[in-house]
Amino acid sequence: MTCLPDETTRKLGLVIDLDTCVGCQACVTNCKEWNTGGHMAPLTDTNPYGAEADGVWFNRVHSYEVTTPEGSSRSLHFPRSCLHCEDAACVTVCPTGASYKRTSDGIVLVDEGKCIGCKLCSWACPYGAREYDVFEGVMKKCTLCVDRIYNENLDQEDRVPACVLTCPTGARHYGDLNDPQSDVSRLVRKRGGRDLMQEMGYKPTNQYLPQREKTNVASSVNQSPALAPLDDTYGASGLLGWVDRMLERMD
Amino acid sequence: MHPAASVILFTTASGVGYGILSLAPLLVAFGILPDEDRWLGGALMLPALGLVTVGLLSSTFHLGHPERAWRALSQWKSSWLSREGVMAILSYPPTLAYTYAWVSLGSVDGPWVWAGFATVLTALGMMFTTGMIYRSLKPVPAWATDWTVTGYLTLGPLTGLAVIIAIASGFGLHPVRFQAVAIVFVLAAAIAKNAYWARLQAAWDDHAQNAGAAIASPGNTVRSIEWPHTEANYVLKEMGYGVARKHAEKLRRITRNLLLVAPAIVFCLLPSLLPLPYLIWAVIPGAVLTLAGVAIERWLFFAEAKHVVSLYYGVE
Ligand code: SF4
Ligand code: SF4
Ligand code: SF4
Repeated sequence: MTCLPDETTRKLGLVIDLDTCVGCQACVTNCKEWNTGGHMAPLTDTNPYGAEADGVWFNRVHSYEVTTPEGSSRSLHFPRSCLHCEDAACVTVCPTGASYKRTSDGIVLVDEGKCIGCKLCSWACPYGAREYDVFEGVMKKCTLCVDRIYNENLDQEDRVPACVLTCPTGARHYGDLNDPQSDVSRLVRKRGGRDLMQEMGYKPTNQYLPQREKTNVASSVNQSPALAPLDDTYGASGLLGWVDRMLERMD
Repeated sequence: MHPAASVILFTTASGVGYGILSLAPLLVAFGILPDEDRWLGGALMLPALGLVTVGLLSSTFHLGHPERAWRALSQWKSSWLSREGVMAILSYPPTLAYTYAWVSLGSVDGPWVWAGFATVLTALGMMFTTGMIYRSLKPVPAWATDWTVTGYLTLGPLTGLAVIIAIASGFGLHPVRFQAVAIVFVLAAAIAKNAYWARLQAAWDDHAQNAGAAIASPGNTVRSIEWPHTEANYVLKEMGYGVARKHAEKLRRITRNLLLVAPAIVFCLLPSLLPLPYLIWAVIPGAVLTLAGVAIERWLFFAEAKHVVSLYYGVE
C-alpha cells in the first residue's frame, strides 16, 4: 500500500557530515558498484563511453562555494541521495503500490515488478533522489543498501551501506535515528544536524551536519595574499639569494 | 518540468472531451440543447467519448510498462493519479448510457436524467482529480495552489463549450443560446489563469530564497561550482526544462489571446451582432483558436513550472 505507516519501529538512515566531506566521489562510485548487482540491479547506463553519457545513480555529490554574510567563503561538497523521509510523498502519489515505506525500519523502496514507470514519484521528491531507468521502464532509487545491512553472508562490520563503508573521511554515518541513544542520534544532537528543505515538510530521516564555524574568519575574508609569481625571487636570501644574483649577472 | 507530448495530448484531448461531457447534459436539462435531435446528440457525444478515450490511451504511451497500467487503479486511498484512473473508469457507464438514450431513443427524460447527472459529475470529477495530481506536488511551487485545480475545472468546460457551439451551429442552433454560459466560463477561466500566473513567480522565489539554507546553513549564499555529472541526467532532463521560461511573457500573451480573448469575442460578443449563416464562419475558427490556445496553455503549464531540485543545480 502507498499509504504511509503511522510510525516505524526504527528509522534507519544516514547522517552526512558536510564539514568532513571532501567531494572525492568514492561513495558515488561504490554505491553504483554495489547496487548495479544488488536489490535494484542493474543500474543501467546509456552510452557510457560516448557523448551524452547518462545512467542511473542513487547518490550524487555536488560542489558549491559557500559565502557567509561576513564575506568569508569556502567550498562545500554535498552528497545527495534518498533521505528515506517520514512524510514521503513519493510513496503516497504512487498509483500502483510499487513505492512503499517499510514499517519495520522506515526504508523507502520500489517494487520493480509493480512499477508502471509513470515517473510521478520522481516529481514528488524535492531532492531528486529517484532516477528512472529507460531500459527497464521502471523507477529506481537508493535502497539504503537493504541487501547489505541485513545480509548475513557479510561480516558484521560490513553490514552497513556501501557509501558509508567506503567513505575515506568518515563523512557518512549510518544508524537508527529513532533511538535517541544511537551514535547517529548523538552526533545529530551534538553537531546540530538538520533536515534538508524543511519547508517542504517531508520530515527526512537522513540528517545533514553543517560545516563547523571557521575559527579564523578574519584572515579568510578575501585577503588571502596572492602567491608571488614563481620566477620572482623577491626576498630570497642566503644561498638562494646568492645563486639568484649570480644568475642575474650571466647573459 | 519537461512537457511530454503525450501528457500535453492527454490533457488537451481529455480536457475538451470531459468539457463537453460536463456541459452537454446540463445544456439539455436547461433546454439549451434539444434532446430530440439524435444526430446532434451523436455529433456531440461520440466525439467527446472519442477524445476522452484517445486521451486516456495517450496517457499510457509515456509509461515504462503500459501493460501494467491496470495496477494504477489500486492505490486510490492515497494517490490522486490512482483516483483519476478510477474516475475515468467510473465515467464510462453513465456516459455510454446517456449517449445511448440521446442517440438511439432521442430522449433523455425519466431515469436517463440521472445518467446525465452522473455524466456531468464524473466528468467534473476527472478534471478535479487531474488538477489534484499537480496541485499536490509541493516540490513544484507553481502547481501547489488551488488555482491549478480551478484552471482544470474552467478550461475543460470552456474548450468543451467552444466545440459544442461550433457543432451546434452546424445543426442550425444560433450561438446566442450559449451566450450566457460562454460569458460565465470565459470569465471564470480568465480569473483562474490570471490568478495562477500572478502568484507563480513569487511562489518560486519563496523557495529559491532558501537555497542557501537548503544546501549550506541559513544565511549563507551558495554558488554551484561543480555538478555531479558532466552530461544531463534523468533529473535534469525531466525536471530542469528551461526552454519556455525565456519566452514566458510572450507565450502567456499568445495563450491569453487565443484562449480568452478569442472566445470572448467569438462566443460572447459576435452572437449578438450576426445572424447564423455568417456566424458559422466565426464560431468554427473560434473553436479552433480556443483549442490551439489550450494546447499552448497546457505546454506552458509544464514548461514554466520549476522543480525545487533545480536549486541544487544552481538555478535561481
Ligand atoms: S528523498 Fe525523495 S525519494 Fe527519498 S523518501 Fe524522500 S521524497 Fe522519497
Ligand atoms: S514510476 Fe513506478 S514507483 Fe513511481 S509512482 Fe509510478 S508506478 Fe509508482
Ligand atoms: S545507502 Fe546504498 S543505495 Fe543508498 S546511497 Fe548509500 S550506497 Fe547508495
